[in-house]
Amino acid sequence: MDFMVFQYPMISIQACLDGILLGILFALIAYGMALQWGVMNIINIAQGDLVILGGYIAYFMYLYGIHPAWGVIVSPFIMYFVGVGLYKLVINKVVDRDLFISILATFGISILFMQLMNFAFGADVVLANSGYGTTFLFDSNVVLPNSKIFSAFVSIVFAICLVIYMKKSKLGRAIRATAQNARAAKILGVDTEKVYAATFGINAALCGVAGALISITFTIHPYMGLPYTIRSFMIVIVAGLGNLPGVALSGMGLGVFEEFADYILGTEFRIGSVFLLLVLILVYRRFKLSKKREYLK
Amino acid sequence: MKIKNIIITFVSALTLLLSTSIVSFAKVVGDKIVLGAAVSLTGKYSSNGVHTQNGYNMAVERINSMGGIKVGGKTYKFEIIYYDDESNPKRAAQLAERLISQDKVEFMLGPYSSGLTKAMAPVTEKYGVPMVEANGASRSLFTKGYKYLFAVLAPANLYLDVAIRTAVELNGGKGVRIAQAFEQDAFSQDVRLGILDAAKDTGSEIIIDDKLPKELNDMAATLVKVKQMKPDVLVVSGHTKGALTAIRQIAEMKVDVPMLAMTHCDAAKLSKQHGKNSQYALCASQWHKTLTYKDKWFKDGMTYDADFTKMFGYAPPYQAAESSAALLVFKDAFERANSFDQKKVRDALAATDMQTFYGNIKFAPGGQNVSKPMVLFQVICDSSGKCENKVVAPLKWASAKLIHPVPKWSER
Repeated sequence: MDFMVFQYPMISIQACLDGILLGILFALIAYGMALQWGVMNIINIAQGDLVILGGYIAYFMYLYGIHPAWGVIVSPFIMYFVGVGLYKLVINKVVDRDLFISILATFGISILFMQLMNFAFGADVVLANSGYGTTFLFDSNVVLPNSKIFSAFVSIVFAICLVIYMKKSKLGRAIRATAQNARAAKILGVDTEKVYAATFGINAALCGVAGALISITFTIHPYMGLPYTIRSFMIVIVAGLGNLPGVALSGMGLGVFEEFADYILGTEFRIGSVFLLLVLILVYRRFKLSKKREYLK
Repeated sequence: MKIKNIIITFVSALTLLLSTSIVSFAKVVGDKIVLGAAVSLTGKYSSNGVHTQNGYNMAVERINSMGGIKVGGKTYKFEIIYYDDESNPKRAAQLAERLISQDKVEFMLGPYSSGLTKAMAPVTEKYGVPMVEANGASRSLFTKGYKYLFAVLAPANLYLDVAIRTAVELNGGKGVRIAQAFEQDAFSQDVRLGILDAAKDTGSEIIIDDKLPKELNDMAATLVKVKQMKPDVLVVSGHTKGALTAIRQIAEMKVDVPMLAMTHCDAAKLSKQHGKNSQYALCASQWHKTLTYKDKWFKDGMTYDADFTKMFGYAPPYQAAESSAALLVFKDAFERANSFDQKKVRDALAATDMQTFYGNIKFAPGGQNVSKPMVLFQVICDSSGKCENKVVAPLKWASAKLIHPVPKWSER
């Protein structure tokens, strides 16, 4: 236990800002998960691995001398097709089955992706340097790498674009209709198969954006996907499906929580604290549900 | 149709049976000494696993082409059976079992990493199979009383010991304030124990003592503390990702610290990935090509570097060099034992006292190599931005002067 974070107010500010910037990035991944969970009722365990794959796309651009920030445009484009392909190959076979089967299927995809990435890109930890420099605040007591600010900014832009797209476009409306009631949407002429494919593609594209941003701000490695899956799962659980502001808020909340856990409990408990929080929230939810049931009785 | 299927099944079963029985090697087949090795060709250690395998292969090729091994007036050649342990300790232990009981190998080479070596050592010990390993440095390997385990490398607790002692020396013999962040794995925790010992010896104080998680990719919290507390030395050990993450975030957050010491910079190819940002970092290394050790097979470090690069297309990290040294040790032990009796070879290994291009090798009773010190190199860049690793400590081999304290970011 270390309470330094409370003794120095500047560290608290640093932790909050770091957490919020990080949380926005998590929220973007969680948004994709919420979308396809809501529409297709699939919990995608391979979410984090799609993120890492997106990161590798940006990294390879960086290797060939292109600025990795362009990965934010290229990576979702490629990842969209990866997502659609994945849907056509595997996901469409499990989409109407129960949740357990889809979890198994995506878990398998996750393992396959990890091994393939390891095979194709090697087990080295890699990163792409953006060379964006640093912002100093409060008499340089608080430092924010510009790459983190950049990734938060890009995440917000993509999230806003997606919200508008969902509201205004024909496909967006079809996706929302399918999410509300797939059968009714089908009867009214929505090609749900196409909607599912597009949803999975959009989710993968969001992962692609997030991955490119992670390769700029952190490091990527074939086996690093799972923590991102857990975090987005957690955010969606807290926020609920189809609750967009909720996803953004709980994303930032999780980011700040993680940073503080890092300072207070130590870095080794960072991911552990996320798991703990997840368990607590699930227990709390159950508790609330059981209360409701009693009430009904 | 049905009969055809049955025939196909029968024939393939027969071939399978035949192929497995042919592959049952004995320890010495004709003029070949067969060694067994499980290395990580896939999984998270696969890059260093491949370095290990390349190091072994290079030495096998060299020893065989230079006359092989002379035992009992007859010349033998080395051959290695490899298996992929998938970077998984359980698998490594299974493979050790398989190599010994099915493939009948009687001598083993080590895998990559302390964790996997730890998994295999009890098996080789049980069967009394001598194992020379080159990539497991964890101190706990050498405190279990293993009789058949020999490591050509210096144990993990000595990795960054030199750095602390150098810092104290530069501080006029007075203790320094140390900040440290270590991953929670066997190896890094041993490095940490070494630092604790060194701190105690020198009267230094540890003011930050962070543990890093396995899935580390953000150590901003530690660095913020470092910024506030201003230690004299920052020590980071968390394999490749620790080294890469530390350099990235130190540069981004402009953390000024007079000395930064790390492990695994070689494998992280720091200067290649980070360019000038990695400048002045101190790295612990088992070996560096400019060291002046010599032997008759590889001549010296520079020649090894050149030959390895020619053979595999990349410069050898120390993981490859130490792996090559393991075979030199085996050759030497076989010739001195003048026998293939496992006990005799084991005793000969225990009595090893030789110099290789990689360093002097002499085993302590625990099996660790005690006669080869660690070296520290510093990443030094010239004005054109080209960076190089230069040995700065111990002074005997220094090819450049240590730059200390590290210039502040505002002055770079």
